[in-house]
Order: sequence, then structure tokens, then C-alpha cells
Amino acid sequence: MVLSASLLYGLCGAALIGLGLYGFVVHRRLIRRVLAFNVIGSGIFLLFGAAAYRDPVAGSDPVPQAMIITGIVVALSATALALALIVAHARLARSDALPEDDRSGDPDEGRP
Amino acid sequence: MTASALALALILTAPLFGALAAMLMGRRGPAIALATIIATAAGTLILLVIIATEGAVHLAIGGWEAPLGIQLRADGLAGGFIATTALVMGAILAVAAKPFAGGKTERRSAYTFWPLALLLWGALNAIFLSGDLFNLYVGLELLTLVAVALVGIEGKRETLAAALRYMMFALMGSLLYLLGAALLYAAHGTLDIALLAERVGSAPGDIVAAAAITGGLAAKTALFPFHAWLPPAHSGAPAPASAMLSGLVPKASFYILLRFWFEAAPDLAGSGVLMLLGGLGAFAMVYGSLLALHQDRLKLIIAYSTVAQLGYLFFIFPLAGGESAAQPWAAGAWSGAIFHALSHAMAKASMFLCAGLIIEAIGHDRLPGMKGIVRALPMTVFAFALAAITLMGLPPSGGFTAKYLMMTASFAAGQPFWALMLILAGLLAAAYLYRPLALAFALPDEDAPAPKAVSRARQFAPLALALAAILLGILSAAPFAFIQIGRPGAAVEGLE
Amino acid sequence: MTALLPVLILATSLIPAVATFFIAQENAGWRNALNLGGALIKLGLILYMLIAVAGGTLYEARLEFVPGLYLLLRVDALSLLFVTLSAVLWLLTTIYAIAYFGPKPNLSRFFGFFSLCVFATTGIALSGTLVTFFIFYELLTLSTWPLVVHKQDDKSIIAGRSYLFYALPASGALLVAIIWLESATGPIEFARAADLRLLDDTSLRIIFALFVAGLGVKAALVPLHGWLPSAMAAPAPVSALLHAVAVVKAGAFGFVRIIYDVFGIALVAELRVGLPLAMLASVTIIFGSLRALQQTEIKKRLAYSTVSQVSYIVLGAALAGPYAVIGGLAHLVHQGLMKITLFFCAGIFDERAGIRRIDQLNGVGARMPFTSVCFSLGALGMIGLPPLAGFVSKIYIGIGGIQSGAPWVIGVLAASTLLNAAYFLPMLYRIWFGEAQDDSRPGERPFGIIVPAVITGLASIAVGLFAGWDLSPLAWATLIVERDYLP
Repeated sequence: MVLSASLLYGLCGAALIGLGLYGFVVHRRLIRRVLAFNVIGSGIFLLFGAAAYRDPVAGSDPVPQAMIITGIVVALSATALALALIVAHARLARSDALPEDDRSGDPDEGRP
Repeated sequence: MTASALALALILTAPLFGALAAMLMGRRGPAIALATIIATAAGTLILLVIIATEGAVHLAIGGWEAPLGIQLRADGLAGGFIATTALVMGAILAVAAKPFAGGKTERRSAYTFWPLALLLWGALNAIFLSGDLFNLYVGLELLTLVAVALVGIEGKRETLAAALRYMMFALMGSLLYLLGAALLYAAHGTLDIALLAERVGSAPGDIVAAAAITGGLAAKTALFPFHAWLPPAHSGAPAPASAMLSGLVPKASFYILLRFWFEAAPDLAGSGVLMLLGGLGAFAMVYGSLLALHQDRLKLIIAYSTVAQLGYLFFIFPLAGGESAAQPWAAGAWSGAIFHALSHAMAKASMFLCAGLIIEAIGHDRLPGMKGIVRALPMTVFAFALAAITLMGLPPSGGFTAKYLMMTASFAAGQPFWALMLILAGLLAAAYLYRPLALAFALPDEDAPAPKAVSRARQFAPLALALAAILLGILSAAPFAFIQIGRPGAAVEGLE
Repeated sequence: MTALLPVLILATSLIPAVATFFIAQENAGWRNALNLGGALIKLGLILYMLIAVAGGTLYEARLEFVPGLYLLLRVDALSLLFVTLSAVLWLLTTIYAIAYFGPKPNLSRFFGFFSLCVFATTGIALSGTLVTFFIFYELLTLSTWPLVVHKQDDKSIIAGRSYLFYALPASGALLVAIIWLESATGPIEFARAADLRLLDDTSLRIIFALFVAGLGVKAALVPLHGWLPSAMAAPAPVSALLHAVAVVKAGAFGFVRIIYDVFGIALVAELRVGLPLAMLASVTIIFGSLRALQQTEIKKRLAYSTVSQVSYIVLGAALAGPYAVIGGLAHLVHQGLMKITLFFCAGIFDERAGIRRIDQLNGVGARMPFTSVCFSLGALGMIGLPPLAGFVSKIYIGIGGIQSGAPWVIGVLAASTLLNAAYFLPMLYRIWFGEAQDDSRPGERPFGIIVPAVITGLASIAVGLFAGWDLSPLAWATLIVERDYLP
């Protein structure tokens, strides 16, 4: 099977999603999780873009591209809100993690 | 412009323009909200009449048909949710007018509350009217972001943490949903629900897409085990915000789940998936109720109760989904779950508003402080009791109608387990709601500080909501017939 | 008109109930007028309907909910028996309560919920389907709670909690039973025998057991009776309501409906569930009497006496023979009249002379003659002294027992009579022959507090003495059985 452009995009998208998921689950620090969210988002948009190019005869389908743009705007605003909340929270709590994940002030830091 | 287009335009744009206006004119929040309520209510009434007389409404914006254009559609289900939302929002905004009145204090929340609340309303209406999965996504994102902002509106450390926790679940949920939508588009070249219905099931990836969509929406509906964000978020927000968050917001993602499983992909559901969803719902119900029993703050009790009550919305899947959809009892189970969603929206919003008034009166919401509050706030406690009756599913409330329909369906389907869970849910609800009620009725301690007075007019709003939830049971014939309009699948036969 | 009348009868209780909540505490005149007016209008309507139903008219009103779920009000002879009893006793209890409370606080709340209770009871009596019955039954549970906790002290709150602790699971059982049945047969109307044979024997037996559990709490069947004695913490008018007008009666009435109008005598016999229920009722009769003997407080003793006496009705229904059920139905009325008399008097003893324990009753006969005479009438009727009311019911149930092939019932009745005598006669002895501890004469005033007791006391004699009269409860019970339950 030839590695077509759309398949390549699709695989890249899947890889990004995987990476991002890993980051989202593993990290406690909120900024990293937001970054991971953006990585996953990019992966999904790539996948979407690949879907737009399914039919080589008709050329690319405009609908997914419109959707991707919308999606990027949505992701952007979500990121902005998340960052604003993180900053506000960090100012008050002196921590960039949620209370239940926050072990920075904990003497047991590093133990399993 | 036809009447239906006018109605849809009002319902969609009035809250959005209201939000814009409230943002520009911060001090006029309550007045703008009133104008928005009037405009949206007018649109809602027109829409209800049109749906009831002419059936479901479809509108292609700008004349562009699917799959290219944006489709708006309003069937009985959408009409029911829109009307309930209008009612609940009206009551909430009426109560919020005082604590969030602009001008008197220079609090930030007084200025941010109104645009956020109206935007939330707009997002809800957009979701209820959308006919394709991508528009639903946009609406859902708008809703989530606004909801997160409302949770953190007071800017305290705990509420910011709650908002962030909510945000993390919500971000994950929206990504999963988007992934599912992308997969579906890749396979079928459309996200229009009606077009998908004809195509879904043919591609091998459909099951993955459906799982991603369901998982994402379940996280936003706080289905067990994705519920952890809900109680701190809902109890931490100011009471009017809590009322929206608990009563309305989770219903939107549940609504999308309904649209997806019952309309876009009805043939995809295997019995395993349906049982899993129902089982998670049952688990959420038991777990949420038990935790609610252990809380010592009124708002936390109500918030955990939401986890439990949302749980049994999911009984709709084993009882009316998949192969059951063709069975005679499916209509009953489906309508029962909708009745539950609507009456829970009213009752839960009423309860949070009551909690807000109690907090205004005594300054906090710790249970012992509520002792004897019935003397100072008789109407509020009465409203709380009526809302409790609905949540327990006792007759003649809308909650009872819901329970009756779902129980009948579960016996008819040969799955009495769900019926027994519903009974258990009612008893547990009675147990955890009993404590605040019994305290409210007890004699106050002699050294307790006198509660602050709350005006009767404001106490009336939660009472009206609680009464509406009861009326939904007493006058259930018309709403029942209404939500069947445009319902896909089996007709209403077989209930006799 | 035939649809309007049952609705009107319900409205005569509902409208005062709702309106009373909005009346300020000080407006005693309006409040009393509203409640008494409602009760009087209701009695008038019922009287009209009694005559019409005796002549064979049928009243029906229907309200549709969702498909398969509707309210049906239907007046038959059995519902009239119950509704008449509760309406008469409602009027008397209202008069009594107005006098009993005087100017105490929170009366609008009290009378509001009181009327709501009566509304629910009326609904139970008039309901024509199982679901209608259930809806009003639940409403009764909910509206009774605020009355039980009316005093708002810790003891009342605990009593209220115990009440809900028994009542809510019971209603769950009842709902499961109803829906299980209806999912197989469709909506069940009392007047139209549904074909329960669509379910197998085991399911039907389980359903019957669920019904017994669901109704047994309100009817205070052992071991579901625990809430009733602790509910004595409530004021005397509430006790009267619980024991005579509404709550326990609703449970007993439910048993009659389930056995005769849902399952039917034939099916009950075929499933062999009647006998176990009759035995459970017998155990309750004996157990309640034994526990009554051990009590030292007047109201507690009366409460256990109710546990015992209400099971006569259940026993009569469970024996499923014509005489037994006539006896049971007549006892529904007889027990109500006698027990309300006793509670009225116990309330007067407590309120006017501070007498709560039995050993304080010494010599009270001379000090409070009217109350003491009424109390004695009620007690003698309970014992079943011929020809008083209790005797009539017992005779009929006994004959019914023999008819149904359960002659041991006679033994139960005899034992119960002896036990009744054992716990009532010492009280009467103390009242009339005991050494008075002090010779103050607590006033038996106002008239409102004593007149209802006198009326019910006299009525409880009359229903026994004139049991043969055409409009006596016994005659009406016979009419019910002849018209509806005899093949």
C-alpha cells in the first residue's frame, strides 16, 4: 500500500493525539495539561484535514476546512480561558496544580 | 420572514444580543436580562404553538441545505427543553437581580454575571436547535466555557480550583467528542444528524467514533466515573449560577447524547454498550446518593444529588435504545427520561435558589445553621420541600410521572432491575433530603442569631419553579403528547 | 353532574387546605370558618350522594395524565362508607382541635396540613384505580408528617423520622407491586376485574406480599407497627386523625380494595395467600393487646390498642367470607368512632388536668364526669360488651371465620376480648372507684372540646344498639357485600 498524503496526515494526526493524551494524563501541572490539550487538538484537526482529502477526483472538501477553522477558534478561546484561570488560581494558591494533585509543599514529594 | 423563522431567530439571538449588551452596559444587567427574558419567552411561545399545531420545524439558514448549510430544527423534544430552559432561566435571573445588581458595589462578579448568564442561555438554545454534530460541538463548547467561567466567577481559591478541575474534564470531553465527529465525517462525509442516520453503521470506525462521542459527552454530563468535578463546581458557584449549572448545563450534553444515539446512530447500539451506560448510571445514582448523605453543607448535598439524579437519566439507554427502540415500551421509557430531565431541571434549579436565599438569611449553608429556618423563610422551605418531592419521585410531581413511565417500561422489558434501582433512588433521595428539611422544621436554638429578612417576592421565584415541576406531573398529558412530536422511531402505541 | 360531585367533594377539603396556609395566625375566625364550612359542605354533599348511591347511581370523574396513567375517581358503596366516616370525624375533630389549641401558635400550618390529610383520605376513598389510590396514599404520607412533628421538639422530630422511615419504603413496595401488575395487565380499575392470570402464581404471590408490606405500615400490622406508638408525641387531634379518621384506616381500606377489587376472593383463595394474612392479622391482634397491657401511659396504651383493633378489619378482609368482611367493614366505622372518643378524652385529661399516666386516673370520674363517661363508653365498646359496637363486629368476624373454615378465629377473638378487658377495665376502675389524689375540678371547657367526645361516644353506642337499622354501618357494609362481592 502506497503511503498517500492523506494517510500520512492521518497517521501524524493519530500520533499527535497519542502524544497529547499521554501528556494530559501524566502531567499534574495545569499549564502542561493545557499544552497537551492543544497537541491533541492539533492531531484531531490534522485528522479532519486528512478526511477532507478523501476523494482525489473532486479535490478537497471545503466543509472540514471550515470546521477546522471553527475548531481552532474554539480551542483558542478555551486555552485563553484556561490560562486566565490558571494564572488567577496560581496567584491565590501559589501553585500551578489542582489541590488534589498538588504535592509541591508536601514533604513526601517524590515518594510513590 | 415566516413566523417560525422569527421565533427561531428570537430564541437564538435574543440571549446572545442580551449578553453583548450586558457586557457593554455593565450597570444595566438586570434591565437587559428582563428584556432578554421577554424576547426569548415570546419566541419560545410562538415556537411552541407552531410545533404543536404544525409539527416539527426545519430551517436552513440562508437557504443552504445540508450538508453544506446550517440546519436548525425544532421538534417536540427541542421545544420542551427550550421552554423549560426559558422558565428556569427566568426564575434564576429574577432571583439574581438583587445580589448581582450593578452599581451599588464595585464587585467584578456583578458585571460579569449578566453577560455570562445570558451567553449560557444562548448556548443552550443553540444546542437545542442544532441539527448537526458540528454545530452541537460549537454550542457545547460555548456552553462549557461559560459554565467554567461562572464556576470561577467569585475568584476565590477553592472556586477557581473547582473551575479548573471542571475545565480539565470538559477539555478532555470536548476533544473526545471532536475526535468522534472527525471520524464520522471521514467515514460518511456529513455530520448532519438526519443524513448520518441513513449512513452510520456501514463503516468499521463508527463504533470507535460513537465511543469517543459518548465518552466525551458522559464526561460533560458527569456520568460516573467522570463525576468528580461536579460537586465542588456546583456547590462553589454563587447560588443562581449553581442553579443553571446543575439544572440546565448537564442536560445539554445529555440532549446531544439522545440526539446521537436515538437519531444519528440508532442501529449502532449493541446491548453491551447500552447496559454499560445504564449500569454506570445506576452506579452514579447509588454513589452520588451515598455521598450526598454524608455532606454537612446544603449546597454540597444538592450537588451530589445532581450526580445521582443524572445517573438515572442513563436508564433510557438500556430501556429504549438499540433493539428495544422498536418495542412497545420504548416510548414510555424515552418519555420518562425526558420527563425526568425536565422536572429535574426545574426542581434542582429551585433547590439551589432556595439554598441561595437561605445563605442570604443565615450567612452560610452549614446544616446546623438551618435549624428552624422555616419560621423566617416559610415560602422558601415550602419550595424546597416541593422540589424534594419531585426529586424523590413522589406523586403527583413530574418526577413521579417519569419514574412511573420508566418503571413500567422496565417491567415490560423484562428488566425489573432498573425499576428497583429507581425505587432505591427515590428512597435514598428521601434520606438525604430529609436532613435539611427536618432541621428546617425543628425549633430554632435559642441563642441562634436571627436570620436576615428576605423579601417575599424573591422567595416566590423558587416556589414557582418547584410548583412548575409538580404541575408537570399533574398536567402531564399535554407535555407528553408535545415531546412526541417529530420523535423518530416507534410511535406511542403499546402503552395501554 | 356525575363527574362533578366527586371532584366537588375533594375540593371541599382541598380549597380550605390551600387557603388556610395563607391565613395569618391571628385570623382565627376566618380560619375556623373556612375549615368548618368545608367540612359541613362536604357532609352535605356526601349525604346527597349516599342517597343517590343507595338508589344505584354511579359517579365517575377522570383526569388523563400520560397514556396508561390517569386519575379516576369513582364512588361506590365501599368508598362512601369510608368517606362518610372520615367526613363526619373530620368535622368533629376540627371542632375539637379549635377548642383544644385555643390561641396556640402555628395553627394555620396545622389546619392547612390537617385539611390536606383529609383531602388525601377522601381521595383514597374515592379512587377508582390502583394508581389513583397510590397517588393519594403518598399524599397522605407527606401531609401527615408536618402534623406529627407539629410541636417541633426533639421527640416529635424523632417520631416524624420514624414515621417516614416506615412509610417511604412501604410506598416503594406498593409502587413496585402496582407497576409489576400493570406492566402485565394494563391499568387496573377496581370496578373492572383485570385478568391477573397473565402473571404466574409465584409472581402474583410476591406481588401480594409487596401489597401487604406496602399497606401494612399504615394499617400497623406487626412487625410494621413501630411508628404508631412513637407518633403519640403529636398533639391529641393528630392522634385522633392518625387512629380514626385517616391514616390507619387508609391502610385497612387498602387491604379491602386489594383483596376484593384487585385480586378477587377466588384468586386469593387459589393462591392461598388469604390464610397467612389472616394469621398475621391475628398475631397483630394478640401482640397489640399484650403490648397495650404493659403500657403505663394512657396514650401509649391506646396506641397499642389501635394496633390490635385495626387488624380486626384486616382479619375480616383476609378471611374472604361474606360475614367476615361485613364484620371487618363495620369495624372500620365502629373502631373509628370508639377510638376517636378515647383519644378525645385522653386529650382532655392531658390538656385540662395534666393526666398522662394511668395511675393518675384515680378518682377522676367525679372530677371530670363528662369526659370520664365518654371514655368509659369507648372503652366498653372496645372490649365488645354486648350490645355495643365492638361486639357486633366481633360476632360477624367470628361467624365469618367459621364460614371460611378457620374456626380458630373464634379463639383469637376470645383471647383478644379478654385482653381488651384486662387493659381497659383497670383504667375504668381507677376512674370511677380509685382514691382521688386531689379534689380540684378541672373545667371541662370550652364546649368545643367536650361536645365532640360526647357525640362520638353516643354514636359509638348507637351503631351497636341500632345495628339492625337500615342506615347503620352494619347495614351499609351488608349492602356493599351483597352488591359487589357476592357471586
